[in-house]
Amino acid sequence: MTEVPSIMASSMNTRSESKSFRGGAPEAAVTPVPSDRLLAVAAGRDVPSEVHPEVLEAPPVLEIDRFNLWYGSKQALHGITMPIPNNKVTALIGPSGCGKSTLLRSVNRLNDLVQSVRITGDMRLNGDSIYDPRMDVIELRKRMGMVFQKPNPFPMSIYENVVYALRIDGENSRGVLDEVCELSLRGAALWDEVKDRLHDSALGLSGGQQQRLCIARAIAAEPEVLLLDEPCSALDPIATGKVEELIQELRGRYSVLIVTHNMQQASRTSDYTAFMYLGRLIEYGTTTSIFTKPILRETEAYVTGRFG
Amino acid sequence: MTSDKQRPRRLRSTYSSLTAHGEPWVWLTGGALALAIAMITGLLTFIAVRGASTFWPAPLELLELSDGRRALGEVSEREAARATTEPGNGSRRLVRTANFELTGNHYEWFDDAALARVSLPEWATAVDRLEGGRFHGFFARLRHGETVVAEGPAETWKAFEKEHPLVRQRWRETRRIDKHERGQLQRQLRTARLAVVQAGLDAGSAAATSGSMPAAQAAAAAAEQAVIARVHMQSLALDERTARLRQENEGWGLDVETADGGRKVIPLEEIVRAWQPNRLSIAGKLGVYTGRWGEFLADDPREANSAGGVFPAIWGTVAMTLIMAVLVAPFGVLAALYLREYATPGLVTTAVRIAINNLAGVPSIVYGAFGLGFFCYGLGGGIDELFFRASLVADKQPTFGTGGLLWASRTLWLLTLPVVIVATEEALSSVPNSMREGSYACGAGKWQTIRRIVLPRALPGIMTGLILAMARGAGEVAPLMLVGVKKLALDLPIDGTFPFVHPEREFMHLAYLIYDVGFQSPNSQAAKPMVFTITFLLVTIIALLNVAAIWIRSRLKRRYVAQQF
Repeated sequence: MTEVPSIMASSMNTRSESKSFRGGAPEAAVTPVPSDRLLAVAAGRDVPSEVHPEVLEAPPVLEIDRFNLWYGSKQALHGITMPIPNNKVTALIGPSGCGKSTLLRSVNRLNDLVQSVRITGDMRLNGDSIYDPRMDVIELRKRMGMVFQKPNPFPMSIYENVVYALRIDGENSRGVLDEVCELSLRGAALWDEVKDRLHDSALGLSGGQQQRLCIARAIAAEPEVLLLDEPCSALDPIATGKVEELIQELRGRYSVLIVTHNMQQASRTSDYTAFMYLGRLIEYGTTTSIFTKPILRETEAYVTGRFG
Repeated sequence: MTSDKQRPRRLRSTYSSLTAHGEPWVWLTGGALALAIAMITGLLTFIAVRGASTFWPAPLELLELSDGRRALGEVSEREAARATTEPGNGSRRLVRTANFELTGNHYEWFDDAALARVSLPEWATAVDRLEGGRFHGFFARLRHGETVVAEGPAETWKAFEKEHPLVRQRWRETRRIDKHERGQLQRQLRTARLAVVQAGLDAGSAAATSGSMPAAQAAAAAAEQAVIARVHMQSLALDERTARLRQENEGWGLDVETADGGRKVIPLEEIVRAWQPNRLSIAGKLGVYTGRWGEFLADDPREANSAGGVFPAIWGTVAMTLIMAVLVAPFGVLAALYLREYATPGLVTTAVRIAINNLAGVPSIVYGAFGLGFFCYGLGGGIDELFFRASLVADKQPTFGTGGLLWASRTLWLLTLPVVIVATEEALSSVPNSMREGSYACGAGKWQTIRRIVLPRALPGIMTGLILAMARGAGEVAPLMLVGVKKLALDLPIDGTFPFVHPEREFMHLAYLIYDVGFQSPNSQAAKPMVFTITFLLVTIIALLNVAAIWIRSRLKRRYVAQQF
């Protein structure tokens, strides 16, 4: 149920991918770049990322710097280098297993919880090294908010869910909590629906409401970056529409990094889009250019749905 | 026409796909469940019916035999005629004839063929006595000293109903004085005496250096003298009170005639309760019934536990189970938390987990032996050496160094710990990882996540483990026999005398009482209904404890695990 987007991806292994890509290649043969990039990636060769100059001009909130990650002996991310612009929405797209979620979870170091993970390279949040050994992970995570694929409200009241981050920080002043709760719920466009039952269990909300509650929880602590990991993949179209609307509203106030399987969603909601494939960043630019005039044929093939 | 063709085909296809549709499995699984339910309800109904009917006042039948003998009693069992026609194989009945001191029997079989007449005489009376068991007969007269207060069955019954409560009131007062107030004085004497011994022990080491009798010892001795004098005065006063009460009760006696003409004088004081079932209305029977239940629930046992009440055993069972639950819950949860949340999964954790599972399968008597060796003799002996040496030296009497409520609870704590750990681990692992990650992503630490997210969510599952543990602990007998449960222990482990909780005291337990009454009783036939009643009570108590826990669990569940989507 939660894995709706991965249905198309799970049936896809490297060989069938490249085959279908080749099938699509003749139509897309207008770009000057060689067409065997994805084949090269699949063969494990290094391929340079195409990063559009507009991305580099924007002031970054987060800089990912030659980031490699291994699960045990298997490398999942290969030398990712990309800046995430401040107060913009950046979408990560790519077929399942390309490392989008892994990259997202590396930003707030949730991968630390996995025993076998090993990394090299670094990321910087507003100039502070995230993987500095002196960095306090807990303090770091308080500077970011994260929303997961499947809504995961905590087993407590709506109110307590929203102010959770403040509670664990020891904030007990009723006034502060009330204010943050209302602001966050309004920010997540949920206030009108739940204002009369703030102290009911959060688990009684519908799926879409639960996901917006999770967004409210994520923005309650005024994060520097908001990480959204396929936030709509478990939602029906109406709930998805509401969450996308919400992302539109958050643009300009928060820096959002969103992983999505849904190309329309990426094109509708984001300012910048990065296309990833098998743990590598293939192309990264403004959403308009990625969807209308990408540099790489492969990117065009993917965004137009010819493979993946 | 087409339908004619299709019909047989459709029938055949339904028939052939019976296994494919899985109907046999529905029947098999449903049948297994039905069988299990039937057996459990059967057992519980049997216990409930037999247990609840014990105190119902059964009619007293007057049996006149063809050889002229007469007997009065309750029919407790009937046996249908067996196939053979030999004499003695006809239908017969087991009658509780009581009057043990006259007949030498509590129960007797009567062949129906040998009975000339059976009747229900109006004034037949059943008497529960303090000692000697039940008495069945007819009230002849009530006497006070040499004067006859009432004569004839009707008059005597009326007078009995008037005088008996007063006599019983005085008797109860006497017993209270003997048991509590005198007990109190005895304890004061003992405390003072032990203080002297303790002072002597303390001085023993000091005397080696100074050589003179230290002041502390002398002071303790003087204090003891004062206590002795005071206790002497008080017990004289008590003697006077009890003597007066006894004297008032002494003259009252009941002349009773048995069915076959025997006579017996029963002191009124010794009668716990008398009833005339054959002339009782339903309401009257209900009154006797509830009265006997009341006695059963609230009184001390009499007659080697086969009559009277089981109050100390109820108290002991509930106290022990609750102490055990209070001990086992935090320890089990903490251990499981470490095992599931903190320990790195690997060979050692797996080994520990297997060991815990195996521990759950160790026979309970092994825990009893361990509890006796480790808790009673080891820990308790150590505590005695350190803090209760005087009692050990002067009375050769251990305080904590023998079985008691504390050690029994501890032993059951060990016994039930694996159950709680396994259940808690199960509950913890059922908390979705997404919740943990959500909490970490909010900047919560590990302990904050456990305390605020994981534990509340796992609480219903943990409660389930605790319910299982309590049910197992409350019904356990074998280990308790070694670590503190006694046949008779009227001093409650929690009572009104300072320091109110006496964890070192031995106690009674319902499950052990079942064994004791049922299999160690000199009058096993009379004890049989009691066994059912005690079993019924034990099952009810465990059910009540469980219902309470389940109620708490369902409240928690509603709060924490409401269904998503």
